[in-house]
Amino acid sequence: MARMNINFKNRVAVIGAGLTLFRRRMYETSRELAWEAAKQALDSAGLTLNDIDAVVFGSAPDAFDGIHMQGEHMTDAAGGYMKPYTRVYVGGGTGVFTAIAGWWHVASGLFDRVLVVAEEKMSPVRPHPQFVFHHIFDPVMDKPLGVNLIWIFALEMARYMYKYNIKKEDIALVSVKNKRNALDHPAAQVAAEITVDDVLNSETLVWPVQRLDISPVSDGAAAIVLCNEEYAKQYTDTPVWIEGVGWSLDTTYWTNRDLAFPKYLYYAGKMAYKMAGIDNPRKEIDVAEVYDPFDYKELHHMEGLQLARKGEAPILTREGVTQRDGDLPINPSGGLLGVGNPIAAAGLMKVAEIFWQLRKEAGKRQVAKDPVTGLAQAWGDLMQIGTVVIMRV
Amino acid sequence: MKLPGTPYKNEDFKAGKIPYVEDKPDARYQFSVGIAMSRFLEELRKGKIIGIKCIHCGRVYVPPRTFCSYCFKPTSKWVYVKDTGIVNTAVVSYIAADRGRMDKPLVVAVIELDGASPGMGILHKLGNVDPEDVTSRKIFGKRVRAVWKPEEERTGSITDILYFEPVEED
Repeated sequence: MARMNINFKNRVAVIGAGLTLFRRRMYETSRELAWEAAKQALDSAGLTLNDIDAVVFGSAPDAFDGIHMQGEHMTDAAGGYMKPYTRVYVGGGTGVFTAIAGWWHVASGLFDRVLVVAEEKMSPVRPHPQFVFHHIFDPVMDKPLGVNLIWIFALEMARYMYKYNIKKEDIALVSVKNKRNALDHPAAQVAAEITVDDVLNSETLVWPVQRLDISPVSDGAAAIVLCNEEYAKQYTDTPVWIEGVGWSLDTTYWTNRDLAFPKYLYYAGKMAYKMAGIDNPRKEIDVAEVYDPFDYKELHHMEGLQLARKGEAPILTREGVTQRDGDLPINPSGGLLGVGNPIAAAGLMKVAEIFWQLRKEAGKRQVAKDPVTGLAQAWGDLMQIGTVVIMRV
Repeated sequence: MKLPGTPYKNEDFKAGKIPYVEDKPDARYQFSVGIAMSRFLEELRKGKIIGIKCIHCGRVYVPPRTFCSYCFKPTSKWVYVKDTGIVNTAVVSYIAADRGRMDKPLVVAVIELDGASPGMGILHKLGNVDPEDVTSRKIFGKRVRAVWKPEEERTGSITDILYFEPVEED
């Protein structure tokens, strides 16, 4: 496949990454958390803030942190003091989109070295973050019916199961795999050795969604450092290149969508694959971190990304293909289901995981195959955006 | 590798171990429903469901909107759709909007209305449907009909339809 006819001046490398713990409630403020991750990312790249030309920050709905215009609130903590500083936001897709925005800062030639920071603190919402999720829905068509966030996921999951005749047991395998993978992740919040029966016997919230199908509510932060080729060669022997980026949005009228197949992600993936010169994603992607706030979404997203045919992802999962020692390891980090889901930070954690996997620095999480090309993806807004980054060593 | 961060438990909070300040924003809104939805709600009060057609591509949108997402041209032709449709997907909710358990489970669905373009569903509740009919997927693909509030109780709201119930088919 020909590479996309897109003009960018510079290749962009990831040269450092940092993370905080992911936990249900953190004593640190959102600023304190973001600074920890940013500082660690700079340290790991061997840089200081003086070396940074611009900063990109991401966090999901302001309503979680409870401070309107969270971007300005976080300026200093993200390292943006007296620098060109931008906050980006596409809901749950934000974490990977923050990396995409950082990429275009450097690819355009406008900046040489960029710090990318994502943070989320959901714990301040009382008594539960579900309350503020209610306000993402349409006030005329949806809210008067008493809609809650889980409805929309359950409706999508049920349609996916119906269309391709998928068993709940096969979907539950994703939760089992990811929570087990997370046992080896130092940030993990809900790592555990569980069984399919544990998932099937957990509280049913909105059938078919049960408690253990869902990622937790979390606080946490993540950061990466990007730079152009010239600096990358100067700073490190092991740069990881961002070779493709893509994003696309479906309609906000969510009841008008194809709920069985994530078209938004198909288009986002197509854009990124074209840019990276990838013809056959299933063969050319060695490891992927796909967005898994719910277990069925890992499968849905694998299919949207053409890593599996429609309805095939549960079969690959059952056959062990997506395990760390499988042919196509998916979410070796443990994903949102195991590591936790501080929304924007969780997305950027996925980019960081691919960075570590491709540098073979993932320790006990390192996939068995020798990975050259990896993919990180997130999903969000009103369940309508796909954000994709493809990385290579 | 030890990562930074200091977790605490909700009990620590209750025990007064975590210094905090409280905030309770009182944000209130009045949304004008706009050109397309004003007509839609007015028709609901009359017991009818109206959509809108893009004369360029032929799509019939429900709920109606003033422009076509595909053609990016104005939609111009109001068309009534039926108050019957097909269940695209359905679920059983055991939790309310505030995450509390419901006394009685609620069945909700995306319904593709007859007369709208394929895939143009709306969200609504299903009545007279056993949760078992959902979990066995029996209700998927079945035809349902709107059950309306009595005319004098309608207010021009999506809740003027109480729920949709299965249509008896031979």
